[in-house]
Amino acid sequence: MIHSLFLINCSGDIFLEKHWKSVVSQSVCDYFFEAQEKAVDVENVPPVISTPHHYLISIYRDKIFFVSVIQTEVPPLFVIEFLHRVADTFQDYFGECSETAIKDNVVIVYELLEEMLDNGFPLATESNILKELIKPPTILRSVVNSITGSSNVGDTLPTGQLSNIPWRRAGVKYTNNEAYFDVIEEIDAIIDKSGSTVFAEIQGVIDSCIKLSGMPDLSLSFMNPRLLDDVSFHPCIRFKRWESERVLSFIPPDGNFRLISYRVSSQNLVAIPVYVKHLISFKENSSSGRFDVTIGPKQNMGKTVEGVVMTVHMPKAVLNMNLTATQGSYTFDPVTKVLTWDVGKITPQKLPNLKGIVNLQSGAPKPEENPSLNIQFKIQQLAISGLKVNRLDMYGEKYKPFKGVKYITKAGKFQVRT
Amino acid sequence: MSPRCHPSLYWNTHSCPTPSGLSPEKTEPLTVPRGASPCHIPTSRLQGGWHLGPRSILVALHDDLKEMLDSNKDSLKLEAMKRIVAMIARGKNASDLFPAVVKNVACKNIEVKKLVYVYLVRYAEEQQDLALLSISTFQRGLKDPNQLIRASALRVLSSIRVPIIVPIMMLAIKEAASDMSPYVRKTAAHAIPKLYSLDSDQKDQLIEVIEKLLADKTTLVAGSVVMAFEEVCPERIDLIHKNYRKLCNLLIDVEEWGQVVIINMLTRYARTQFLSPNQNVKDTKDAKAEAASLAKRKPYVMDPDHRLLLRNTKPLLQSRNAAVVMAVAQLYFHLAPKAEVGVIAKALVRLLRSHSEVQYVVLQNVATMSIKRRGMFEPYLKSFYIRSTDPTQIKILKLEVLTNLANETNISTILREFQTYIRSMDKDFVAATIQAIGRCATNIGKVRDTCLNGLVQLLSNRDELVVAESVVVIKKLLQMQPAQHSEIIKHMAKLTDNIQVPMARASILWLIGEYCEHVPKIAPDVLRKMAKSFTNEEDIVKLQVINLAAKLYLTNSKQSKLLTQYVLNLAKYDQNYDIRDRARFIRQLIVPTEKSGALNKYAKKLFLAQKPAPILESSFKDRDHFQLGSLSHLLNAKAVGYQELPDWPDEAPDPSVRNVEVRGTPRREKRKEKVEKPFYSDSEGESGPTESADSGESHHGGASSRGHHGGVWGRGHHAGDIPLHWESGSSSSSGTSSSSSEEEDEEEEEEGSGEQSEEKEGEEEEEKRKKRKEKGGLRKASPGSCPLCSSRGLPRPLSPMGWAWWPMLSCGPWQLLSPAFGAVRTYELLHRMAGEGLSVEYCFSRRPFPGDPHMVAVQIQISNNTDAEVKSLRVSEPKLLAGMRIQEFPEIGNGSLAPGDTASVVMGIDFCDSTQAANFQLCTHTRHFYVSIQPPVGELMAPVFMSENEFRKEQGEFSQIHLCQAREERAGQGVRTSLRIQRCPGTELSGDGRGQD
Repeated sequence: MIHSLFLINCSGDIFLEKHWKSVVSQSVCDYFFEAQEKAVDVENVPPVISTPHHYLISIYRDKIFFVSVIQTEVPPLFVIEFLHRVADTFQDYFGECSETAIKDNVVIVYELLEEMLDNGFPLATESNILKELIKPPTILRSVVNSITGSSNVGDTLPTGQLSNIPWRRAGVKYTNNEAYFDVIEEIDAIIDKSGSTVFAEIQGVIDSCIKLSGMPDLSLSFMNPRLLDDVSFHPCIRFKRWESERVLSFIPPDGNFRLISYRVSSQNLVAIPVYVKHLISFKENSSSGRFDVTIGPKQNMGKTVEGVVMTVHMPKAVLNMNLTATQGSYTFDPVTKVLTWDVGKITPQKLPNLKGIVNLQSGAPKPEENPSLNIQFKIQQLAISGLKVNRLDMYGEKYKPFKGVKYITKAGKFQVRT
Repeated sequence: MSPRCHPSLYWNTHSCPTPSGLSPEKTEPLTVPRGASPCHIPTSRLQGGWHLGPRSILVALHDDLKEMLDSNKDSLKLEAMKRIVAMIARGKNASDLFPAVVKNVACKNIEVKKLVYVYLVRYAEEQQDLALLSISTFQRGLKDPNQLIRASALRVLSSIRVPIIVPIMMLAIKEAASDMSPYVRKTAAHAIPKLYSLDSDQKDQLIEVIEKLLADKTTLVAGSVVMAFEEVCPERIDLIHKNYRKLCNLLIDVEEWGQVVIINMLTRYARTQFLSPNQNVKDTKDAKAEAASLAKRKPYVMDPDHRLLLRNTKPLLQSRNAAVVMAVAQLYFHLAPKAEVGVIAKALVRLLRSHSEVQYVVLQNVATMSIKRRGMFEPYLKSFYIRSTDPTQIKILKLEVLTNLANETNISTILREFQTYIRSMDKDFVAATIQAIGRCATNIGKVRDTCLNGLVQLLSNRDELVVAESVVVIKKLLQMQPAQHSEIIKHMAKLTDNIQVPMARASILWLIGEYCEHVPKIAPDVLRKMAKSFTNEEDIVKLQVINLAAKLYLTNSKQSKLLTQYVLNLAKYDQNYDIRDRARFIRQLIVPTEKSGALNKYAKKLFLAQKPAPILESSFKDRDHFQLGSLSHLLNAKAVGYQELPDWPDEAPDPSVRNVEVRGTPRREKRKEKVEKPFYSDSEGESGPTESADSGESHHGGASSRGHHGGVWGRGHHAGDIPLHWESGSSSSSGTSSSSSEEEDEEEEEEGSGEQSEEKEGEEEEEKRKKRKEKGGLRKASPGSCPLCSSRGLPRPLSPMGWAWWPMLSCGPWQLLSPAFGAVRTYELLHRMAGEGLSVEYCFSRRPFPGDPHMVAVQIQISNNTDAEVKSLRVSEPKLLAGMRIQEFPEIGNGSLAPGDTASVVMGIDFCDSTQAANFQLCTHTRHFYVSIQPPVGELMAPVFMSENEFRKEQGEFSQIHLCQAREERAGQGVRTSLRIQRCPGTELSGDGRGQD
């Protein structure tokens, strides 16, 4: 399966390598660099590259390429999914998955990689098990370690690996028992020039933070479970129970995890919470253009739309932009040609507007296409699909946990064509 | 911190990296600052280490590392190891430290030990002799009472790639494969491919170990051993037979990575063992040719095992792991009946929200699928719409899918979408869009003109790439109906002045040459211009200029004769030999000379023949001969180690090989019957429209077929996890059966959960079970028909306590009814051929076995077809699961059976409510035959009589059972059900707390 792993930063330095079988020379990465050069853009590097003796499967996460070396047939998604799991684990351990974090914790990284794969086949990928084996570094622990000389390798044996519930640590204890659920919905939409919706759907996730002692058995039910069209589950969820009763019944992992992700059935009309009025035009044979964008609230169920940010990739011919914003601030990066307008909260009384002149390269032909506007926003305390958690019951433990559910709606891939 | 205590400062300066830098530490160990211990140090020191350049310094540094490793302080050792691991991570060579490091393999500090392992595994290959020093430590570890230590010792031992220790590894693996702990067995499974890659001569022995581990019933081992199977002996499909059903049933509880491997393997397995579920569909296509064979062929009925696989994998479409979803999707694509494949579309579309690499792979597969099964993705058309922020490679794949999905009804929406794409800033993407439009236009005649007009408009685009791409596509479209479009050709002729892209120029020239009769005035003029610029053109353009010249010479020699000569002369001295060749060839062909042969006459026919229009096809066409989701499919080339996906067999191989029983017992006949009978639990066991494929047959079966379905389950559903009831033939009405089968579904869902889980029988569980026992008496009853008891069981040894209450129940408050038969089924115990003339059949007489109410009466018919007497027929050496008992039959008549004679005896078997087979030997005076009797579930139940009120009462309690059952199952415990003659507690265990209830 996975033979070796190389971590490469954006400037092409191989800053970590790990081999699970015989050593593969770093020079195999030259094929990757070649492909990278060809692709120009980092995100266009093909995830699978075939070389004379090996196959390279890579992912790009947080400005790091994770390049794995494969020698024989293996489902590419298997490797890709695993590499993302590695990146997630780093994120989980170090708070960020960056080159510095990895270099600072190189020994822990190595120990993690050692545990995660055996002979190239995934062994322990559940974060709960890994944390039992190798304790994540914290400031407190590094102080303690430096005083006592103890190590960050757990000296207890990872019994979790042996249990039937591999995702949960054994012997969890908390003084305050809490269970939080964040219902986060994202609206993916494409709005066309005239403002009509080309495509819209709601994708949601329920992220949980469970800090409960012992072996709690939870069941979470919804007021309107029929809304959920397509659901994918954390392995802890009992599938049959969902099939028959539409109740999420599970013994949760300890800590943060994604319980389910779902899609709201496409039959439901999606309420689009904002509208955008735009006028972007480039004049023929002149080196300027007009830019005028207004964002307003629409169908927001009485909640405030906040955290609004608009990003626009302007055409290459644009040299600079002189704009005035009635609200928030804007920046234009003349190198990447990205215009970012941080609007903040939308108040219906005074709609935010961004207006001004676009300076074009003189002599260059006028851009053919108007750029698309990418909008981000957030609405607190609202799940736009109307999904509601009904109740959370706990079995198997005696104490009364504190339970909380939070709803939030965000823009996902929300794009307005102009 | 003072510098003298902080060696890292010296290292950073590169100045005096001598061991003396350490001396303070050595001489005054007590003053070593606490801050110098593990966690604090790595950052600063390691980075210091990384910037070291000169080799000499490295060597010197290694010296002080050696000293640290030799010290007797764990903290120093740890620090040294951390720095060494950091060097390894960086790709620096640390092999010269091997002797110093390997000494610490037995260190007490667990972190030092782990890091030493890391080092050892990395360098053992290079320092084989020294690596042997560590082996004894691991051998000791293999004997440790702690399972985790045993496992980790085996793991490291097997990771050391030193050929000399192959025998030691082999031994260790063999031992670990029969370890008590499943975790150690899992590690053994992992070690198998390691050893195999080290020494492939061990294959045969390893296969034995694999075979043994495949039989393992724990989820922990399943994934790893199938992985080993795939790496070592993927061709030994026969090893899977006996484990097939178990793997299917365990699948949902296996960890996600194992699931992927198992599903991929089972896909291949199913392709070799089952018949194509779509064969009927294919037949109707070319009805005439197949009509004859269709008549001969039996109507297709899906093998229950095939169905089992499809049913058990379906929930995994909901996995969070994209690889699992893809694996199930490819399984459905390759194995499911057409009508059912659709379910995977939704899950695949969901993956499109994931990381871009996942999208890339999924879209490649969707592209292939959408060619074959377009309808499947049509409802999700809009999910493939392209956003300006998508990476180009994703955009192009989405475009491919959109094009594949285009049909008469949705083409207008798609073309409108394409119009927006054409204005994109991403020019590669625009080019791909133009290609896509071309493909839509060729495939859907209705929109051809619209597309063509749109493309012609693009010819005035400012971007040359766009124009060039349009020219190429227009050329292909024009070939379909050139006559109507001379205007466009003229327009394109003008473009030769401006357009520089060679491919586009070549296309225009070819077009003018080909249709020069439609543009008689312009063509010679174009040739004139091209002759002028000939020397500066690209090769492909030059070739087309020569072509154009030749064609004009043939049609319009008056105007173009000299031009042609000129061009040919230029070409004659071209640097490229292709062009020189072409020129020579064409000159011979078109310019008549004395030497030129008969071909000359046909020159016109040769050049101006009608050429078929090109078919624009997806590059993903026919990629599905690779297993979807595989690396080979993605690369469209066979990757190393790719296992070809076999074609469906024409004749189904013997399905009885999957029966779990003693090998060599012929049971074909029984099995065959089953295949022919519709098996309604199968088709109704799942809800939804996907079942259309075989639901047709499933209803007509009527009462007579019902009598048999118990038999279907009987065949080795070792889990007994699906309750079935026994319907007494004619007395059951169809209404009953459907209502009860619904119940069945429910129950199946609730109880399908992992019987594989470890059995934990606590006392309180026992209590609960006892509480339920009274209710359990009537688990299942169909209203209207005679009430039934169902039974269930597990092939699991049970504590005798577990069934202490049974006798009381077996009589029950109800009156036992006399059995009713639809038709008596006899099963073959020993075939005439296998028995060397002795044939034995058995049937279930459905009468209480005299003497022991716990036993099922089995009537055995023995015929002697030999020409000698068979003496002293008896049963011996029964191999039974714990709890099972056999009451042997009395000796026949005078102790021998004359040739041609037939005798009938009755024996009793206590199956313990399990559907596991009872295995024993049937002995004659000369021979021993291994035989086994496996009871259909239905034969384990007894019909009882009760009034309607009683029934309702029981039914009421029944629903409570469901509730408490669900809860208890979670706690990891048994569900007790009911019984007839048999009284073994059906232990349904699902202690793993997840999945299926």
